Amino acid sequence: MKLTQTLLAGSALALVAGAATAQDLTLVSWGGAYQTSQQKAYVEPYLENNPGASVTWDESSAEAVAKLRAMNEAGNVTWDLVDVVASDAIRLCDEGLAMEYDPEELLAEGDDGTSAEDDFGDLIVSDCFIPQIVYSTTFGYRTDMVPEGVDAPTDVCAVFDLETYPGKRSLEKRPINNMEWALYCDGVAKDEIYDVLATPEGQDQALAKLDTIKDDVIWWSAGADTPQLLADGEVFMGSTYNGRLFSVIVEQDQPVGMLWDMQVFDLDGWIIPAGLSDEKLAEVEEFVKFATDTQRLADQAAYISYGPARLSSAPLVGQHADLGIEMAPHMPTDPENAKNTLLYNYEFWADYRDDIDAKFQAWLAQ
Amino acid sequence: MALTIAKPTSAVFAAGVAALFGAFFGIFVGTASGSTLLGLVGGAVVIFALSWAAATFLREQEKPARWGFVVLFVAGGFLFSGVPGLVLGLIFGTFFGWLTFYVASGRYRTGLPPYSTPRQVLWHFAFRTIAGMILVFLITPILVVMPLSFNAEDFFTFTPEMLSFDPAGYSLKHYRDFFTSSDWQGALWNSVRIAPVATILAVGFGTLAAIGLSQPHVPFRQAIMAILISPMIVPLIISAAGMYFFYSRIGLQGTYLGVVLAHAALGIPFVIITVTATLVGFDRSLTRAAANMGADPITTFFRVQMPLILPGVISGGLFAFITSFDEVVVVLFVGSAGQKTLPWQMFIGLREQISPTILAVATILVIISIALLTTVELLRRRSERLRGMSPS
Repeated sequence: MKLTQTLLAGSALALVAGAATAQDLTLVSWGGAYQTSQQKAYVEPYLENNPGASVTWDESSAEAVAKLRAMNEAGNVTWDLVDVVASDAIRLCDEGLAMEYDPEELLAEGDDGTSAEDDFGDLIVSDCFIPQIVYSTTFGYRTDMVPEGVDAPTDVCAVFDLETYPGKRSLEKRPINNMEWALYCDGVAKDEIYDVLATPEGQDQALAKLDTIKDDVIWWSAGADTPQLLADGEVFMGSTYNGRLFSVIVEQDQPVGMLWDMQVFDLDGWIIPAGLSDEKLAEVEEFVKFATDTQRLADQAAYISYGPARLSSAPLVGQHADLGIEMAPHMPTDPENAKNTLLYNYEFWADYRDDIDAKFQAWLAQ
Repeated sequence: MALTIAKPTSAVFAAGVAALFGAFFGIFVGTASGSTLLGLVGGAVVIFALSWAAATFLREQEKPARWGFVVLFVAGGFLFSGVPGLVLGLIFGTFFGWLTFYVASGRYRTGLPPYSTPRQVLWHFAFRTIAGMILVFLITPILVVMPLSFNAEDFFTFTPEMLSFDPAGYSLKHYRDFFTSSDWQGALWNSVRIAPVATILAVGFGTLAAIGLSQPHVPFRQAIMAILISPMIVPLIISAAGMYFFYSRIGLQGTYLGVVLAHAALGIPFVIITVTATLVGFDRSLTRAAANMGADPITTFFRVQMPLILPGVISGGLFAFITSFDEVVVVLFVGSAGQKTLPWQMFIGLREQISPTILAVATILVIISIALLTTVELLRRRSERLRGMSPS
């Protein structure tokens, strides 16, 4: 009798303890305004619905691939859900570090009843990738540094036009996007860019074009760099993520203009690390289903100017949470902004990244 | 000391010396406004002309001439770039007025022996100038951060409002952000929870190790010492990666205890080094005398040895504390998101969001560090005083 009681009490305790630990989710994201938008749009409502749960953030998305590899090697994966860009998701999926999932089972249907698979459409670029937002890399320029008698730039090739628009530019310290812009402005037709870039001559052509502005380029590596350089007046124009520029222009009220021409679309979303315990997995799945539903993704757009990855969320995008301005015109996907765009070519860069990276770095060091 | 009589020097010499400094500061003014070379040449020429005129025509009217310098520079600075120029002009005017007459009157030689050769005089002042410049070089980056932390904008930028000393350009919002944001407060709390415990462990183990290693009969003393201070020598990233895999296997990775132990390991070498250094001056006959009077080793340690080596223990402990409090590499590996410390949070903040909140935190940390170092210095002085009073 006594033994049974002890056993019962023991297992009850174990259950309580198990439940208590399982309720804590470790989410990995990017920090800054983006993480705040996730916190407000879906983590806070989720915690309200699940009073026992808690969420710990780890701002390690920038090193997600390396860290997940190390965790896997050490046999100690401490992350539950990781926010990564699509290209990293593809790599993690190929290496077996991310879990493959079935969209129909894991993700909620759209508000309008479309199946999850159709609602996200092509944006599910990998079997492991759960899309959240569409963002773009594009240019901002100092409106007060446009030379007198010249119109503000509306064409991405202004970046390469030092005569009309003198001044420093800030570009990301990697070949992706820069090579495409260089070829486009060197007269290569948009739909031939990747064919040209696949050849060594094409790569040299792109680098030669970049060479014409090399002396006037400040290279950035963190998303916060270009906004800082623009606010300082250190550079006349610079590339960065459109949400950062939105923050500089609208929230910080700096004299900066947006150049949407030839913006490069990219995707950001969740991956579930492979090898979670069943209990943990059930909880993560519950969170993901909630966090990627139509309303939550639309809500996120009230905090940051990134487009929701679901088609059904687009009509629900409303106003900025604090400023009360309409967010739709600030979305990269707004028809007015998306007249001339490029989509990050995941396949091309998966195949050519190492080669072109080496070439680019060698060129940088010259 | 005033054995040397001040002998007035030629106006050209005084103006030449002033022009050297003029050229040097001209570089900065010139670079800031677009042309380094122009600044260098312009600074030299303008200062030479002014100093020469002052030393030639106003040699006897030193006071009014120096005021003239100040007024001229302030007015020039104000015309050139408004209020910030005015402040700079005040500094430069005072400096160059003083310099011109310091050299022209020959007063600069009064501090030196009368037989010094010109070369010795030159070296005397060059040495001081170089030392001063090194000090400026070391301290400027820290000082620049402080006014920026009161920036009213969310960037690392001296806004025009700040430069013209407009109160609207300043704000305490980054300090408010630090004290109200749960991220920063959580990080501060973690640091406060980790650093003292790591310090106590480091001080305990480090002191014991130092005392043990100072006994002449311990075998392999050098080798053991080398191993114990290796965390200080091995690149941090190597220790961190090693700890990561080791701690993962034994279940310490991502735990509070793991971070505390890792930081203690980093702090131990500092304690060993400082305690060993104080033990060198420790008179062993004191412990024998204590034993002779019937004290057991523990009593001897706490009543005789510990009070004498306390300054070494405390300064070692402070270094261990600052190491843990400032450390970012190891905690990134060994800790998990639940152990986010202040430096970790600053690292994230710097990479993802260049926000002046980091500068506010940096300012607070600088003040804490100054307070800690002042404590060490006061303790050291106290112990020196006590030693001076002791009969040995």
